Amino acid sequence: MDHLALSDDILMQVEKPARYIGKEYNSVVKDKDKIDIRFAMCFPDVYEIGMSHLGIQILYDMFNRMEGVWCERVYSPWLDLDAIMRKEGIPLFALESQDPIKDFDFLGITIQYEMCYTNILQVLDLAQIPLLAKDRDESHPIVIGGGPCSYNPEPIVDFFDLFYIGEGETRYGELIELYRECREKKLSRKEFLRKASHIPGIYVPSLYEVSYREDGCIASFQPIYEDVPAVVHKELVKDLSDTYYPMKPLVPYMKITQDRVVLEIQRGCIRGCRFCQAGQLYRPVRERDVDVLKQYATEMLKNTGHEELTLSSLSSSDYSRLPELIDYLIAECDRQHINISLPSLRIDAFSLDVMSKVQDIKKSSLTFAPEAGSQRLRNVINKGLTEEVILEGARLAFEGGWTRVKLYFMLGQPTETEEDIRGIAELCNKIAAEFFDTVPKEKRVNGRVQIVASTSFFVPKPFTPFQWAPQCTKEAFVEKAYFTRKCISEQLNQKSIKYNWHEADASVMEGVLARGDRRLGEVILRVYQKGCFYDAWSEYYKHDVWLETIRECGLDPDFYTTRVRELDEIFPWDFIDAGITKEFLKREWIKAQEETISENCKQKCQGCGAARWGCGICVEPR
Amino acid sequence: MDEHIKLRVKFEKSGALRFIGHLDVMRFFQKCNRRAGIDVCYTGGFSPHQIMSFASPLSVGLESRGEYLDLEVASVTSSEDMIRRYQEASVPEIKVMSVKRLPREAGNAMASVAAASYEVRFREGRTPETFSLPGEEVTQLIHQYLSHEEILFRKEGKAGERFVNLRPGIFAFDWDPERAVITFLLDASSAGNIKPVQVLETFLQERGEALMENALLITREDLLTRNQEGALISLDDVGSVF
Repeated sequence: MDHLALSDDILMQVEKPARYIGKEYNSVVKDKDKIDIRFAMCFPDVYEIGMSHLGIQILYDMFNRMEGVWCERVYSPWLDLDAIMRKEGIPLFALESQDPIKDFDFLGITIQYEMCYTNILQVLDLAQIPLLAKDRDESHPIVIGGGPCSYNPEPIVDFFDLFYIGEGETRYGELIELYRECREKKLSRKEFLRKASHIPGIYVPSLYEVSYREDGCIASFQPIYEDVPAVVHKELVKDLSDTYYPMKPLVPYMKITQDRVVLEIQRGCIRGCRFCQAGQLYRPVRERDVDVLKQYATEMLKNTGHEELTLSSLSSSDYSRLPELIDYLIAECDRQHINISLPSLRIDAFSLDVMSKVQDIKKSSLTFAPEAGSQRLRNVINKGLTEEVILEGARLAFEGGWTRVKLYFMLGQPTETEEDIRGIAELCNKIAAEFFDTVPKEKRVNGRVQIVASTSFFVPKPFTPFQWAPQCTKEAFVEKAYFTRKCISEQLNQKSIKYNWHEADASVMEGVLARGDRRLGEVILRVYQKGCFYDAWSEYYKHDVWLETIRECGLDPDFYTTRVRELDEIFPWDFIDAGITKEFLKREWIKAQEETISENCKQKCQGCGAARWGCGICVEPR
Repeated sequence: MDEHIKLRVKFEKSGALRFIGHLDVMRFFQKCNRRAGIDVCYTGGFSPHQIMSFASPLSVGLESRGEYLDLEVASVTSSEDMIRRYQEASVPEIKVMSVKRLPREAGNAMASVAAASYEVRFREGRTPETFSLPGEEVTQLIHQYLSHEEILFRKEGKAGERFVNLRPGIFAFDWDPERAVITFLLDASSAGNIKPVQVLETFLQERGEALMENALLITREDLLTRNQEGALISLDDVGSVF
């Protein structure tokens, strides 16, 4: 029988043992005698979440195409198994080989959200790898961080040997070659890391030092050695039609969050919403060739047997060949009885027509993301969606038979007033009114319209125009949510409107970590030692422990969140060149306060700095 | 309207995949059917489903050499070709062993299951004392056990505890001391389903012994149905090779 890292007794005892046995269709098993590099790719959350992530599937495929490299996966064990592994001293293992990852050459961790930071420590701890990079020696894997949170890696630099800043498809080959070379020459871990810092996109935090001013802001941030670059430039794929994409993605046995073929149609976004980090980090927007996508879709469906396909992008409606692609997919999927899901489509006549073909109108709902309730505030955040467009979209949808509408808003964005919040309620009310005006009584199938408004709390992120903005206090957040609820209850059509809001506690800590600095490493380590992990799961998040620990470390959460930042402040992430210039972000921040919008990349270049890559929208005819 | 063809697929589930659940196996075959290019029939509507049903859910942790699913298809090639395509589209731990065409009047897999055969071993160090006795003595004890008219097993359900009589559902219970294997033939119908562990617990109880935790390694060998004469035959023997 095949070897499993966990005994039958343990597997029979834990919830969902399928999380830990590997063997998924399309998983890669290599002959250990023919490989010299073992890479463990980790998503520090539970299997169902981690397996749903496209980035890992891309990198898994890329690494496994490399000669001599075997890339395997590892996820956070759930709490039940976590306790058993600690008690019995079982080292965390990779799914494919079931071998302990402490014996691997690399442990790559993708960092998608701030609230998974303690799970990174859980993974290292269970793997029996020293939590602090400075305590590791040549016998331990090189621990690499990547993903969106590595654009401000400072709060977690203590735990990583290096970070890969930017898109993973470009530099891993070089890094692995360098590793082989250093191993051959028997160079030390330190020597390898020093050389790695010369590879574009690679940040080795131990080679930089930070000093602070008396007020807690950064005074200086610089490399310790002259050969180490002072600025780390992000990596990016210039031609998305000519790079890695997994034609044989893993097919899990368990039901996972994203259990379908994912077709990434483009990377980046033309819109430039000022709160949105992804919209800035992935500039310039680059499309994949439509013929390439058609071929990918067919191939991936054949190789997985999935019964659903979805498009992935920040704003699918902006993909220039969308009608052609969708026509093809509808024909192809209809033939094979495959469902298509179409997220992030702008609601208009085209998208409604498409959706009526692929969804059951009676059961599905339409989604709008106005993000702010008033036109004034939408101008501040540069969300180019007007009330007129929303109401027109809603009218078309109601005519088409839809009766359910979802609306997403953010509370606590810069300059927000009570009027803006009242606007949320009024917009919902107007949409309901549109329904009653559009659909005659005898045609109202379910009797009434259902409007669900959801608000999240705004957390300013690095590399956005709002990186200077003060975040609201927890009290202000909660007050805003209550006020929203009150305003909705005052509307004529309030019975048709349902309101949901998120908890405020975790948003405060997300804010601390998002714009945090190196001093927070101690906080993260200590809260982990006090038993905190799975913080992204609200039922396990312990706000009090976090707050108390920040204070124990002599720090103040407000310094990171509610403080007003000066325009010339040195931010912890300033050493990263994410493609967009700080000057551009400053201009946008000032324009926001003047309530002035900026045209999107297709309308007019805003000179963000991404044009220097010479690819995507920046070089295409507008 | 086209007449659908009814097929019965027999497969094994082994190795690490004994830890995936019944729903996972169903999802696996939905995808495997597509990969293998099986011409499955679908229900209509916006979320079409394959017309497929499974004989009897297998508990997590068990291996099986005789699992079944029934499938409606619009066209077929040959049994041999379909077995080959399934095996290419599957993983080593789920192996399709036979694909047969069902007669039109055959009942569906789920409803027609009458019995299941099992092989049961004890995990290392977890063999009860009773089964360490000489083989003949064990056989004697089994004989004694089976001579009772009533063997009551306490079941705890949603409606509190109740007792069920296992005896009518135990069709065979044998011990092979050389292989250290118990073989069972037990009622597996929806009305009277009995599990090997229930039989062994009541058997050992008579001797004042209890099973150790997770002591059993169970393999379901086959699922059986009753033919017109009332005799038990393998579900696999209902269909015919094409």
